[in-house]
Amino acid sequence: MTASVPARPVKRLRTLQQREERDFWIAILPWFLGLFLFTGGPVIASLVFSFTDWTGLNLSGFIGFKNYRDLLVEDLVFWETVYNTFYYTFGSVLLGTLGALFVALLLNQNLPGTYFLRLIYYLPSIASGVAISILWIWLFNPNVGLVNYLLVKLLPIDTGPAWLSSQTWSKPALILKSTWGIGANMIIILAGLQGVPQSLYEAARIDGANAFDEFRNVTLPMLSPVLFFVIVISTINAFQILTDILVMTQGGPGTSTYMLVYYIYQNAFQYLKMGYASALAWILFTIILALTLLQLWGSRRWVYYEGAT
Amino acid sequence: MAQMQDTVAPGGIPARPVAPWWQRASKRRILNMTIIYLLVLPGAVMFLIPLLWMLSTSLKESRQIFVNPPVWIPNPVVWQNFTDGWSAYLPFNTFFVNSTLITLNNIVGNLFSCCLAAYGFARLRARGRNVLFGLVLATMLLPNEVLIIPQYVLFTKITQFLKPWWDYYTPGGILWMRYLSWLPMMVPPWFGFPFFIFLLRQFFLTIPLDLDEAARLDGASSWRILIQILVPLTKPALATVVIFAFIGNWNNFLMPLIYIRAQKEQVLAVGLNQFRGQFGHVDFHYMMAVSLIVLLPVLLIFFFGQRIFVQGIALTGIKG
Repeated sequence: MTASVPARPVKRLRTLQQREERDFWIAILPWFLGLFLFTGGPVIASLVFSFTDWTGLNLSGFIGFKNYRDLLVEDLVFWETVYNTFYYTFGSVLLGTLGALFVALLLNQNLPGTYFLRLIYYLPSIASGVAISILWIWLFNPNVGLVNYLLVKLLPIDTGPAWLSSQTWSKPALILKSTWGIGANMIIILAGLQGVPQSLYEAARIDGANAFDEFRNVTLPMLSPVLFFVIVISTINAFQILTDILVMTQGGPGTSTYMLVYYIYQNAFQYLKMGYASALAWILFTIILALTLLQLWGSRRWVYYEGAT
Repeated sequence: MAQMQDTVAPGGIPARPVAPWWQRASKRRILNMTIIYLLVLPGAVMFLIPLLWMLSTSLKESRQIFVNPPVWIPNPVVWQNFTDGWSAYLPFNTFFVNSTLITLNNIVGNLFSCCLAAYGFARLRARGRNVLFGLVLATMLLPNEVLIIPQYVLFTKITQFLKPWWDYYTPGGILWMRYLSWLPMMVPPWFGFPFFIFLLRQFFLTIPLDLDEAARLDGASSWRILIQILVPLTKPALATVVIFAFIGNWNNFLMPLIYIRAQKEQVLAVGLNQFRGQFGHVDFHYMMAVSLIVLLPVLLIFFFGQRIFVQGIALTGIKG
C-alpha cells in the first residue's frame, strides 16, 4: 500500500473481497463435501473394487486385471450384452434423431394448432418410469396388444410379431418404445431451428433454391451442432437403459435383452459380485467415453460451427 | 401477397382489421398446410393412443380386456378398478405417502444445495472458482453406474453403523425421514446435483452483476442478495429445477429397489413393479388403473407447467 492512498477505503475494499471469497466457500460447501463423499470417494473405491474379487461378504484380495480379463475373454454373456446394447443404442438413436428432426421440421411452421401438437409429441418423453414400462408390456401383448392389432390392420400380414416374448423382436420392441419418447429431442431441435437466421432462407430463395435445396444447404448445416448434441446425449442415454429391462424383460427371452447396465445391476445386487460389477462399470464408462470422442472426431466432417474458421 | 402486406404497418402492428388467416393465406400456403397436417396429425394420434388405451383399459371389466378386436369405450365404465386396484392387493397408500415424503425432501434439498452452489459459481469471486466449476462439469459426464456400487457399499456400512442408535433413540424417524433405509436417497440431494448447479448457474449469469454490486455497497450480505434479488428474478429456472427434480425422484426405481427391503418403507415405483410381478398376466385393468394414478402427478405437472417445460428444455438442452 502506498502512502498516497488513504488507508481506510482500501482496507474496507479488502474485507469486502475477503468476505466475498469466504461466502463463496460457504455457498459451495454442501456441493464440495458431496463431491468427496458421494462422487470422488466412490470413484476411487470403484476403481479399487474392480481389481478385487470382493463379493460384498468376503474379500480374498487383489486379483489384478483378472476381472477385466474374465469379462473380455471368458464371459460370453458379456459380449452378448455388448452386442445387444449397441443394437439397441444404434436403433433408438437413429430412429429417435430422424423422427425428432422430421417432426420438428413439420412443427416449425407457424400454423394454427402447432403449439398443441408440439405438446402432444412432447408429453410421452416426460412420462417415463415403471408405469410407462408396464403400459408397453400391455401394448406389446402378442395376442390382444394394441401394437399388433394396428399392425395387422395397417399392413398386409396375418399375425404380428411376438415382441417381448420373441428373441428376434424383443430388441426392436424396446427401440419402438424408445421412439415414443422423441419429444425432448424434438423440442431441442425446434429451438435450434428457430435460431437459423431468416436472412439465409431469403438469400437462398433469391438464388432460386427450392425447398429441398434450402433444407440441404441452409437448414442442415445450421442445425448440425444441435443435431450433434442430440446424437451424443441420446447415445449416452440409450447406453444406460435399465428400468425398461428390469420391468419389461429381465434380460429375456433368453439373453436377447441383456444390456450392459442391467448386467452390472445383476452382478452387483443379485450375484453380489461387487468387484466384477465394478470392472463392468468401468468398461461401460470406457465405451461411452470412446463413443463420445469418436462422435466428436467424426463431427468435424459434418458439423458446421458458424464463427469458427 | 402484396395485398396482405398492405394491411400491416411497418412496425408489424395491424393498420386496419386483418382478415382471418384462411382468407389471407395464399393457395400455396394452404396446400403446404394440408400436407403438413396430413403428416403430423396421424403421428400425433399415434403418440396419444398409448395413454388413451391406458385410460380405456383401466376402466374396463375384466371380460372386456382380452377381446379382439379391442373395445375402445368401456361398457360398463368401472371406476371401481381404481379403488380396488389401489387398496385390495398392495399397500399403495403407504407407498404413496413414502414416495411423496422422499420426493419433497429431495426437491427441497436440491433447491437448497444447488441454488447455493450455483450462486457461488455465478456471482461470488474467489480464487480457484473456475477449476472447481470444471469439476462440476466433469462429474456431470460421469455415468451413474460407476458410482452406484461404491455408494451402495458406503450407505450399507453407514446404515449398519447407525441402526442400533436409530432403533433406540428415534424409532419413529427423524422429522420426515421415517426409516433408516431412506437415508441413502434423502441425504445426497442436500449435497448438490451437478446438472442443476450448471443449469441454475447459467440462469444466474444472465442477470446483471450491477444489481449485486449496488446491494453490496448498500451493505447487503451475500445471502440477502441471493434471496432478495436473484431468487425472485430466476423463478422460471427454479421452477424448471423443481419440475425435473420431481419427475426424476418420483420415477426413481433403482435406488429404492436396492436400498429398501421392508414393504412398509417401500415407494410407488417399486410397489408398482411388485404389482406387475404378482398380477401382471391377468389383471391388466387393475394394473393400468394403478399405473395411471402413479402417473397422474407427472401428467398434472406437465399440463400446468408446459411452458416452463418447453422453455427449460430448449434453453438447457436436457431430457426429462
